[in-house]
Amino acid sequence: MKNFFYLFYKSFLDVAPLVIVILFFQLAVIQEPFINPYKLALGMFLLIFGLFLFMLGLDTGLFPLGESMAFSFAAKGNIWLLLIFAAAIGYSTTIAEPVLIAIAQKAETMTESRITAFALRNTVAIGVALGIVIGVMRILLNHPIHYYFIGGYIAVMTITIFAPREIIGIAYDAGGITTSTVTVPLVTALGIGLASSIGGRNPLIDGFGLIAFASLLPIITVMGYGLIIM
Amino acid sequence: MLNFLHDRVLDLVSVIRDVIPVAVVVIFFQLGILRRPIPNTKAIVVGFLAVIAGLYFFLIGLETAVFPIGESMAHRFSLPGNKIWALLFAFLMGYTTTIAEPALLAVARKAEELTAGGLKNFALRNAVATGVAIGLTMGVWRIFSGRPLWLYILAGYVITLILTYFAPRQIIPLAYDSGGVTTSTIMVPLVTALGLGLATNIPGRNPLIDGFGLIAFASVFPIISVLSYSIIIEIKKKNLRLRR
Repeated sequence: MKNFFYLFYKSFLDVAPLVIVILFFQLAVIQEPFINPYKLALGMFLLIFGLFLFMLGLDTGLFPLGESMAFSFAAKGNIWLLLIFAAAIGYSTTIAEPVLIAIAQKAETMTESRITAFALRNTVAIGVALGIVIGVMRILLNHPIHYYFIGGYIAVMTITIFAPREIIGIAYDAGGITTSTVTVPLVTALGIGLASSIGGRNPLIDGFGLIAFASLLPIITVMGYGLIIM
Repeated sequence: MLNFLHDRVLDLVSVIRDVIPVAVVVIFFQLGILRRPIPNTKAIVVGFLAVIAGLYFFLIGLETAVFPIGESMAHRFSLPGNKIWALLFAFLMGYTTTIAEPALLAVARKAEELTAGGLKNFALRNAVATGVAIGLTMGVWRIFSGRPLWLYILAGYVITLILTYFAPRQIIPLAYDSGGVTTSTIMVPLVTALGLGLATNIPGRNPLIDGFGLIAFASVFPIISVLSYSIIIEIKKKNLRLRR
């Protein structure tokens, strides 16, 4: 029951600041009533309610299971199984990521279906899967994270030179879009489980850094997709 | 009416299809690889139905409220003389949504623990929120100016790497993560609608080329602000030691 209220509070916290800023601008700056206030209010309600249900559902069922699995795989010591599991979790959670679903649809409409929502979401999901696999290997090898990022940033900029201009904005945004509601908690559990099962590591230090890879790799895969289709 | 219903049913089907991979992966690895029974089957099934319903309502809410609001605001802001309001809106939205973001709250608590209070929970959240606010403001500025996105992001990457060189090592993974963690579920669609709306309404801008990219700004700038913050803390600590 405590969980129930906490989740409601969480979804409320997500939405409240936005509503305040929007109302302030509409009333104080634009000084015009909303065109369709009831429809907007209903939509906002559905948004909060939907987010709440979504998080509640994840929290009662899949998250605890997923987290315990992430811990088990990290502790099991079979590197190949761990990497396959990491990739599968990265891919499947990204496909279910609510924001990516909405934005990919927008991108499809805007490009008149030259970019399809289906292909875009799969490309991003493959990027996240790759990113998490690389991130897990980094934790295992105990390499400093920034060496990888120097390489990653150079790769992003190099591909940018060749990529079609229409895809660059979508690709750069893809990194930030992917890592939200579903992906972050499960991936964090994987990282912390991993770091605490390897001897001599501080879970708080080594557990971080997976999300960063999950944000960087989709930029590269989406531009790759753009190169192929355009 | 029938058409409307037909569309809604199609939406529901696609939502179910979106969520199924997560269930398949979890069940397959649990039963097939770990060879353990699934605990609380009933809770998982109910939870799964709640996930599907929640996602469905969430997407309808985005369609009927968030996207229209973003677009109508963008239309207003693109009128001559309103640029300053657009920038202020981006700044306030970036700051307020980030400071209240639950995912960031959890990360900031962990960070305070990790540094034994060296990085204060609120100060860290403040650094990230300021980073997002500055990032979004610059991103909106870029849409007005029409300069290429990669130029700004390249500058962001170079600054990130330079700061990384000076930052305390244990903070680096946390700082790099903070870029991805901050972009919240509701801010992202609103910001995307705002960017696309601005690029559609400002003469000479192409929505595809200029409209996307705000989220990229909101992902890179928090890394810079968190690294800067940790460097400042480090310098302060050194000064304190020297004085003693």
